[in-house]
Amino acid sequence: MKKGLIIVVGLLLPVLGWAAGGGATFPNDEIDVNWDDKASMQSGARTFVNYCMGCHAAAYSRYNRVGQDLGISDEQLLENLIFTTNKFGEQTKVGELMKINMNAEYAEAAFGIAPPDLSLIARSRGVDWLYNYMRGFYVDESRPFGMNNGVFANVGMPHALVELQGLQKARKEMRPDGQGGEHEVIVGFELVEPGSMSKSDFDKTVYDLVAFLDYLSEPYRQTRHNVGTGVIIFLFFFLILAYFLKKEFWKDIH
Amino acid sequence: MTDKSSNEGLLGWIDARFPLTKMWDEHLAKYYAPKNFNFWYFFGSLALLVLVLQIVTGIFLTMHYKPDGDLAFISVEHIMRDVDWGWLIRYLHSTGASAFFIVVYLHMFRGLMYGSYQKPRELIWLFGMFIFLALMAEAFMGYLLPWGQMSYWGAQVIISLFGAIPVVGDDITLWIRGDFVIADATLNRFFALHVIAVPLVLLMLVVMHIIALHEVGSNNPDGVEIKKHKDENGIPLDGIPFHPYYSVKDLVGVVVFLILFSVVVFFMPEMGGYFLEHANFIPANPFKTPEHIAPVWYFTPFYAILRAIPHKLSGVIAMFAAIAVLFVLPWLDRGKVHSVRYRSNAFRWLLIMLVISFVGLGYLGALPVSEIRTYFAQLFTIGYFGFFVGIWWISKNENTKPVPERVQ
Repeated sequence: MKKGLIIVVGLLLPVLGWAAGGGATFPNDEIDVNWDDKASMQSGARTFVNYCMGCHAAAYSRYNRVGQDLGISDEQLLENLIFTTNKFGEQTKVGELMKINMNAEYAEAAFGIAPPDLSLIARSRGVDWLYNYMRGFYVDESRPFGMNNGVFANVGMPHALVELQGLQKARKEMRPDGQGGEHEVIVGFELVEPGSMSKSDFDKTVYDLVAFLDYLSEPYRQTRHNVGTGVIIFLFFFLILAYFLKKEFWKDIH
Repeated sequence: MTDKSSNEGLLGWIDARFPLTKMWDEHLAKYYAPKNFNFWYFFGSLALLVLVLQIVTGIFLTMHYKPDGDLAFISVEHIMRDVDWGWLIRYLHSTGASAFFIVVYLHMFRGLMYGSYQKPRELIWLFGMFIFLALMAEAFMGYLLPWGQMSYWGAQVIISLFGAIPVVGDDITLWIRGDFVIADATLNRFFALHVIAVPLVLLMLVVMHIIALHEVGSNNPDGVEIKKHKDENGIPLDGIPFHPYYSVKDLVGVVVFLILFSVVVFFMPEMGGYFLEHANFIPANPFKTPEHIAPVWYFTPFYAILRAIPHKLSGVIAMFAAIAVLFVLPWLDRGKVHSVRYRSNAFRWLLIMLVISFVGLGYLGALPVSEIRTYFAQLFTIGYFGFFVGIWWISKNENTKPVPERVQ
């Protein structure tokens, strides 16, 4: 019986080894977001409102919620982070949603597709993808904005952080595609025109931005962890009581 | 236990007008359950717990959710961000849906192992199967409500299956959707069915499931009838009152379950994209199909059967047959011995084959198709149906072990 089981499991093992092979994207770095590093998230918020919110909204989120969670006062929000206005030209209030003034028709005409809302982008794409994507723009004259992306090929978005990163060119090589043929993949980038930041500063800026987007996608995550820890500790105490209650009742059942 | 049938006090006043004490005794204090329930017997009460959890959290979700094509997705994020404890209610509900299926699948497996579907418990099994069917409908419609990309396209795929029915297929899909594509009309009717119609059916079926169980009495891991041996008061010798014995025992099971459940709710509510799919954090877009559409994990075994068969209508028939065949199991199994403990090795092998096939199909159903995966899905499909053919075949003259008179 047992031997047979081992054989069956052995025959099925190849099924488990089918993890999807790595796609032909570059770069492929991984990051861990540190939820305790509020300074990093604040810096990401600054980058977000300055470089992203021209086109992208975060319309599920409110400014003052971000402020409370990241330790930014209402005055600081109004001074440093809120650049949008209502139809009368008055500055957006701190309790409002992080909407933008660009309308969808204009955006579609300009970019071919309306830039998506970024409130949840870290949950749909994942932080690694975002970190690589924002660092993956390279010069490609065949594209309308003269830029392509190593993670999201032929993306409609221009390189919003180009003044910080500078221009880079892709180094490509032929690699086997696993089906007998070959295809061209990006193996590295070369900076051809420096931006205002060094590579390590730029990487840190993108990391902060992604950390902020990660926070933005689930602002209550730390609350969730804190409450969960308490709940589980309580349940373990309850389990001890329940166990001994059961034992007491069952001691005369054989 | 004191005699509660007195006519005094509030209870006496109620008992003279409503059978409160009588019901309490019949279903709890004097319902005699076999004393040898094991681990597998926790999942019935847990299913009841999850049902209550889903109803209570569902009520609170409807207070802020908006069944409207333009507002549904936003209202879910509103619940997650602006409503006090909204994130908790939502995660309890979304995790509860998956937990419901885990618990129910294990509960059904228990029934298979110990022959709980066999005579005289065929109706309990049938009610249970209708509960399973209603649960799948409930989960399917509920998954459309967040109005994310996977909600939309998952529903699109499943509704389009009805289009494979000859002649009337297209009219049926149109009738289900209420529009030519999945749209506001579909969302509204799914909401109505999800919060009112199906829960009512579910609750009614659960009551019938339990009434039928308490009429016949519970099976047990030895598969012997405890009612055959009673003491002078007519109480089964191997039976113990459900309350307090199993109420305190189930309490332990409930707490262990809640610990595991809390780990998911508080620390991994997406469960790596299986409980909440990544693409469902993008609002539904009828013009953009996601790269890979996978149903939620609890439907993937049946979805894999559908895809394993290269002909669409045959695939749809096979998928529905995979569920339908469970209904007739009590009549496919011609054996007299209930429990796997005393059944033949052939039965054990069939059961192992069923479990491997079901888990394998579930795994494959979540992945994009490839040649080798289709091959394995076909193998597992044969394994799945093979269980039912096999049990009919072997149970005629099964080489069983002697069954003890009383529970061990």
